[in-house]
Order: sequence, then structure tokens, then C-alpha cells
Amino acid sequence: MQYDSIAQQLDNLIRGTYSSVELTRHYLDRIKQHAQLNCYISVLEESALEAAQQADQARAAGNAGPLTGVPIAHKDIFCTQGVKTTAGSQMLYNYDAPFDATVVSRLATAGAVTIGKTNMDEFAMGSSNETSYYGAVLNPWDTTRVPGGSSGGSAAAVAAGLCSAATGTDTGGSIRQPAAHCGITGIKPTYGRISRWGMIAFASSLDQAGPMTRTAEDAALLLGVMAGEDPLDSTCLAADVPNYVESLNKPLDGLKIGICEDFFAEGLEAGSEQVIRESLRVFEDLGATISSVRLPHIEYSIPAYYVIAPAEASANLSRYDGVRFGYRCKEPTDLADLFKRSRSEGFGDEVKRRIMVGAFTLSTGYYDAYYRQAQQIRRLIKDDFQAAFAEVDILLGPTAPQPAFSLGEKTGDQVAMYLQDIYTIAGNLAGLPAMSIPAGFSSDLPVGLQLIGNYLDEASILAAAHQFQQRTDWHQRVPASMAAEN
Amino acid sequence: MEWETVIGLEIHVQLRTQSKIFSGSSIAFGAAPNIQASAVDLGLPGVLPVVNQAVYPKAIAFGLGIGADISLVSAFDRKNYFYPDLPKGYQITQMDKPIVLGGSVEIPLDDGSVKTIQITRAHLEEDAGKSLHEEFIDSTGIDLNRAGTPLLEIVSEPDMRSAKEVVSYARYIHQLVTYLGVSDGNMAEGSLRCDANVSLRPVGSSELGTRTETKNVNSFRFLERAINFEVVRQKEVLESGGRVEQETRLYDPDRDETRPMRSKETAMDYRYFPEPDLLPIVIDEAFIAEVKKNMPELPREKAERFQSDYELSNVDAKVLASEPMLADYFETVAATCSDPKLAANWVRVELLGRLNKDSIETSDIPVSSEQFGLLLLRINDQTISGKIAKDVLDALWKTEADSVDDYIDANNLKQVSDSGALEPLIDKIIADNPKQVEQYREGKTKVLGFFVGQVMKETSGKANPKQVNELVRKKLS
Repeated sequence: MQYDSIAQQLDNLIRGTYSSVELTRHYLDRIKQHAQLNCYISVLEESALEAAQQADQARAAGNAGPLTGVPIAHKDIFCTQGVKTTAGSQMLYNYDAPFDATVVSRLATAGAVTIGKTNMDEFAMGSSNETSYYGAVLNPWDTTRVPGGSSGGSAAAVAAGLCSAATGTDTGGSIRQPAAHCGITGIKPTYGRISRWGMIAFASSLDQAGPMTRTAEDAALLLGVMAGEDPLDSTCLAADVPNYVESLNKPLDGLKIGICEDFFAEGLEAGSEQVIRESLRVFEDLGATISSVRLPHIEYSIPAYYVIAPAEASANLSRYDGVRFGYRCKEPTDLADLFKRSRSEGFGDEVKRRIMVGAFTLSTGYYDAYYRQAQQIRRLIKDDFQAAFAEVDILLGPTAPQPAFSLGEKTGDQVAMYLQDIYTIAGNLAGLPAMSIPAGFSSDLPVGLQLIGNYLDEASILAAAHQFQQRTDWHQRVPASMAAEN
Repeated sequence: MEWETVIGLEIHVQLRTQSKIFSGSSIAFGAAPNIQASAVDLGLPGVLPVVNQAVYPKAIAFGLGIGADISLVSAFDRKNYFYPDLPKGYQITQMDKPIVLGGSVEIPLDDGSVKTIQITRAHLEEDAGKSLHEEFIDSTGIDLNRAGTPLLEIVSEPDMRSAKEVVSYARYIHQLVTYLGVSDGNMAEGSLRCDANVSLRPVGSSELGTRTETKNVNSFRFLERAINFEVVRQKEVLESGGRVEQETRLYDPDRDETRPMRSKETAMDYRYFPEPDLLPIVIDEAFIAEVKKNMPELPREKAERFQSDYELSNVDAKVLASEPMLADYFETVAATCSDPKLAANWVRVELLGRLNKDSIETSDIPVSSEQFGLLLLRINDQTISGKIAKDVLDALWKTEADSVDDYIDANNLKQVSDSGALEPLIDKIIADNPKQVEQYREGKTKVLGFFVGQVMKETSGKANPKQVNELVRKKLS
């Protein structure tokens, strides 16, 4: 049952094949069994079983919501009241949030059972989950490899059957890249679709939450619950949230798919390229037409991102000063010492690197050369996409330049690590909805296919993904070591 | 060398709202520490600011009040620095696109003239919390009740040339924001705080000298003293061949001096950048019109009306309209005595003179506007002379009396206009001064004043001067 989709699990819960308590206990057992994957920072055994019991009672009483009894995990970047929220950092090793993130409260209201908080790169800064203070996460497909990041714990937990689905956040690819590496489905909706209230900020103008699931249908179901206006987040959009599940089977006949030729340039691993090219036939069979589009400024997306994201992060992370909460250095001699040592000791290297880069690019004399210029590039990239969407309905390309790499392989080479997000970052800079779905294998490792939609048009990429999954079984493949179990 | 003082002022005005600028916490004064500090005010992980819409009409009303441009699109920025009472490690303010741009005010000066002070900008921002150093031994307490209090920072051009002008300007702004309901104006509770940028330059020079910024002065008296101290200090530095350091200073009222707060070595780079958690503020003309509709008459509008309705001179009108309370006072006086020009003259000269001399605020005028008007009516209906009226005003001022008519009656001050009573007295004075009579008849008509003066002296000023004049002239011819 651990690999059933949420749609199937709901069906089973309704029919009484198993209860939420049974399902939840099953996942809790599996989490213990696969503790070496290190997917979770906190496992909420007691409160999850309690919530599962309440879910079963609610269902028996005829009060079931859209997700009642479904055990999900939250990336440890979402604040959960009464439960430790660490953002993968030592800085917040002892932090209990006094409120729930909007994402958390909406999923709970829909009936979901929170089973735990997943591991992640520290403050979501990383593409391998190796910057976590709580240790690396292992890829269930090959435990010598990384799961991707920063939502690596969520991706690995879904892939290993340690929860029904998980939440993630995506600032430069942090939902899509680990989804690709772990062979699951993940969507980053339009910037502003989902409230950021209670989601610990990395780069505010780029951060966006989204669901990580086994199927596009599950993603549609969860996104419908998570999305929508929130008076607590001024950047959250007031636009109506359509019923994504209902539109999943809207025929793809005549859908115009654009191939980003710029994504197939040098750097894309041959096996991955082959997987993506082959997937085109499935879409053609479904009635879509394929054409090439160019995004001329896409090559500047990484440099622009690595100015804007650290700049925003440098301010967003200033609140971790050892004064009011979180890590505080021992016996500070004065105020400056308190600030300096709390931050030096509490943050990991990658976080400190980005804070320093961000502070530098915003400083007097450098602002125009870096920050302002990066914002101009961001505008050009947005314009590129709008020009493309004048010709096609959705864009298609790879999610990552190659499948999951080995643990430690890129930790010494920041640029190689940053290049992991080369195909995903533009979607964040432009604020467009984008998702990754499993599309095949290269050297026995999952390869992700990326679909990018126009603003607020999550429905089109979800429908394309869903119908692709009706024709293929890549999303149903499970890691061999996991498949042996029941 | 002769030095010219150049001063620009930044005034932080606390806006009169129910709650904070980015959270729903109360801003009521005097709560126990940290009672009015929510997750947003504490800058906890995952919180986001949401703008309190009530701040917009306040900022717009101020902008309209100084004849400024209201930005149809303005935006918030982050100002980054570390301080324990700044929970997020940055202050949300407006740097590049303030909500109010330009504008000016005309302030009354002590010599009775008015001076135009240009205003550069006014922008919205949040206040920081407070560090409490005195209550704790070997440690500092932090009270975040004030963190997130909405402020309007009003930045002037360096148009002022003396501490006195600065105080006039600050008073003007204080009155204006209180009158417009932008702020409660409670200085004791920190609703208005000033940063003074002071520099000196040789008289005749058009270049600005190096300035110091004296921060957080929260009374007009301290403002004047802080600036005067700074002017003397800078003058001494310059005249001894030194250079003024560009620095931030604090005024210590106990020692009546300013001291450096931060040295140049640790000069701040605030790394401003656009606040990504908030959308730009977009205001339409209809909203501005709505704010305008609900605003009381502005000083500049009042001045125009005073000129057209009361036929006052330009300067009279501007001075009287400059302060809303003074303008209201004047209008009551004018209505009571039905002589706006006489009212304007007396309010400007007699009232303002006394206020200035005794350092009394317009809000604390000891004589009611009705009694002041009645006093002028008694001049016009010839009950008393102008000279006696000044004595009556003095008595009322010292609160020795509270009714003009009662005081006149009680002290027997009524003007003697009865020729039956005056004629014998005039006859006697003429008889007693034959030399002067002869002079007059020889053509030295100036001597007439001598006789009138004698009559006034004998009647203790109560005689109607105009009537005495006529009677003396008649009897001498």
C-alpha cells in the first residue's frame, strides 16, 4: 500500500480496505526500517497516530475532507506549531514555531495526517541535500547517490514509500530537481499561487511551495488544497484556483508543445537527452504538436539567480542573530561577539557563502553592477518566455543535466553544484509554473522531464503530465531494494 | 571668519493608527514590555509583513497638506543593519520611491515675516523596538512593543539658517500633522522625533560644509539647544583649523551637549534593496480625491481665503494661517469684533508678541478668543481706547480677570465721551497753560498734542482721544 497513489489510498480508505491508522502505522514502520536514508528530521509518531485516529472517526461520521487520513510529510522549512522546525540548520535546532504555515494548516484542514518533517539542504541552499546540518539524505534508487535538493528528504521519502506525498519548496529547482533524481512527480506552481506564510524564507521573490507526489493526479489534488489567496501573504495571488483534478483529462489534441532548444545544448548527459527526446513521441501520440522555441537570454539565468537569491537571502537570514530564538553562542563577550559567533557557529558554510555574496552584491558601489543588472536580466528572461508562450502552450525540456550524482562528488565544486539547476532556475526567475515527472532511466537512474506552463496555467502542465502518465509507467517504477518489500 | 549655519531636518512622525504598519498588534502607549509584539513584530522565521491600509490616507493627507506630489506608485525597501532591537535585521522603509515627493511650508519667524522651507520627501517606514539599559544590571532588556509602529519620515531641504528657524519649522510640522489627524503629536510619548543635519560654511559660499547628524531629539527645547551646541562646536573646530567629521551624534540633555554615536570607521552601508515581501503601493487619483475631501482647510488655502474674504495683507494672512489653532483663534476674534483688519493687527502684534515673550504655545493662550474679540469690539464701540485695551489685555493675560466688561466696569475704565464732563477739565488746562495757548495761536499746531496729552493724563487715559482732540481744537480757535 505504500506505493499506492493518494487517489488509490483515498479509495481504499473509503472502502475500508485499510484505515488511516493502519496506513499511518505502516509508513511509521517503514520510516524506522529505512532510517539510514535519513529522509526525516522529525518523525511525529504520536501526533500522527492521533490524527489518523481522528481521521478515521471523521470518515466514519461522514465528515471526511478531500485528504482525510492521508499521511503526508512536510519539508522542515514549513512552520508547524508545537513541532521543531529547523530549516535543516543548526541555527534552528531548538526552534518550536508558535504557528502553522498556511500550507500546513490548509492540508491539515483538508484532513491530511502530518507524519513528519523532512530533511533538506540548510535553509534550502543546495542541490544535493548535503548542506543539511542533520546529515545527507541517501537516494533510494542508489544509496551512494544524492537525492537532489534542496527538498531531498521529501523526494526520497516519497520515492522510498515513507509517506503518501510530501511538501517541498522551490527557489531555483528545489522541488523539480530532487523529484527528477528520485523518480517522482513535483510541481512548483506560479509564483504567488501558494501562500509563503510560515514558509521560512530563502529568497522571497523566488520561493514557492508545491507538492511532491507519485502521480500528476496526486499533485493536482494537493495543489488544489494548498493554492489560493492568503491575507497573511501580500504576494500571494488573488486569482481563482481551478479544479485541477477535473481538467486532468482535457484532451491534448492540438496542444502546442515548445521544445527549449537552449536546454539541449552542451552539458546535457546523453542518456537523459535520449529519454527526453523519446518522451516527445508519447505527446505526439496524444495529439500534441511539437515545435522548437528559443529563449535567447536563458544562459544568463544562473548568474542572475546567484545575485538575486543570495541578495535576498542575506537580508532574510539577518534575523538569526542569537537574540530572540535559535542558536546562541556560549558566553558572548559583547553584542558584536554575540552576533558574530552565533552566526558563524550556527550557520553552515554554504549559507555563509551565500550571505556574504548577497551582502557584497548589495553594497554601495556594487549594487548597480550586480543587483540592478541581475534584475534587468530577470526582466529579459520573463520577456523571452512571454514571446515563447505567444507561439506555444507549454514548454518541454529536461529537469536536470544528468541523473543523481554520487554523494560528495560535487561538494568541493560550487559552480558544478550550481549548474545542477541550469534548466530549472529560469522558471523561478520568471515566476512560471513548472513541474518534473519521471520519463525514463539513464544508467538505471530516474530521469525527469520538465514541463513549464504560462502564468497561472498549472492546469495545462498537470493535464499533459497526467496523460503522459496514463501512457507510461515510469512513475510507477520503484527502487529495486524497496520493491522487494510489501 | 563669518559662518553661515545650514540645517536640514528629518522628522519622524508616528502615525495615528490603531495597529502597527505590518502587523495587527496595537500601538497603544504604555503597555508592559513585549505585550504588543506578535510573531511578525518579533521577526520569527516564516512571518511576512502585510501593510496596514490605514497608513496611506495619513501619508497622503500630509503630502496634500504641504502641496507635494503624491506618488501613484511607491515601494518599500529593506534597510539592513544589525541591532538587538531591530528584530528582522532590516527595517522596512521607502528609499527609491517614497509616497510623498516635494512640497513646502511657510513658517512664521519671530520678526513677523514668513519663510519658505522646501520639503524633499516624506516616506513610510516601521519603527524599531527599544533597548532598555537602565532596568537591568550587566545586561540589556529589549522591548519590541514599539517595533513596527508606523512612521512618516519627513525630510526637509537644508533651508534653515538657525536653531530658531528649525524650531519654528518643527512646530509648524507638529501643528500640521496634529491638525490633519496624521499623528496624535504627543511629544512626550515620542510621536515626533527629529534628526538635525547641521553644517557651517563661510558666509557667501554656496558649497555645503561637512555635516553632522544629531539623532533622536524629541523636544523643541532640546532641538534648539542641540543645534546651538553643535553650531558652536563646529565653529570652534573650523576656526582652530580642524575639519568637521561627518558623523552621527546624540544630544545629552543632562549635560547639554552632543556626543558622537558612531564613528566614521564604522560608517554604515545599509545595502538598501526593494522589499520582495510587499507589492508596490499603487494609489489612484480617486483615492487621493477622497482623502482630500475629508481633509480640513489647509494653511495655504486659509491664507488665500483670509486675503480675499478679510482683505488682509499677504504676510498677515500667511502668518495667521500658518498654525491651525492660531487661525481658528483669529477667526473667532474677527467674528466677535466684526473688524478683521483690527483683529489681524492685534493677533499678530499683541497676541503673538506676548506668546513669544512668555514662550507660550498656541494651544495654551491664557485669554479666550471670545474675550479677545470682545476687547476689540470695546475699542470699536468707543467704550475704551486702544491704550486702555492693552492694559485690559495684560490683566486678562495674567488671569487677573476673565471678563473684559467686568474688568472695565470694576476698574472704572470706560472712556469718557461725555463733553459735559470733559469741557470743564479742558477749560482748566487751557487756563493753566497760557504759554502753550499762545504758541498754538501763533501757528504751532503741534502743541495740540500737549493739551490732549494733559487731558488723557488727568483722566487716566479714559477720555476718548478723538473727542478730546475735537473739543481742544474748538476751544483754542
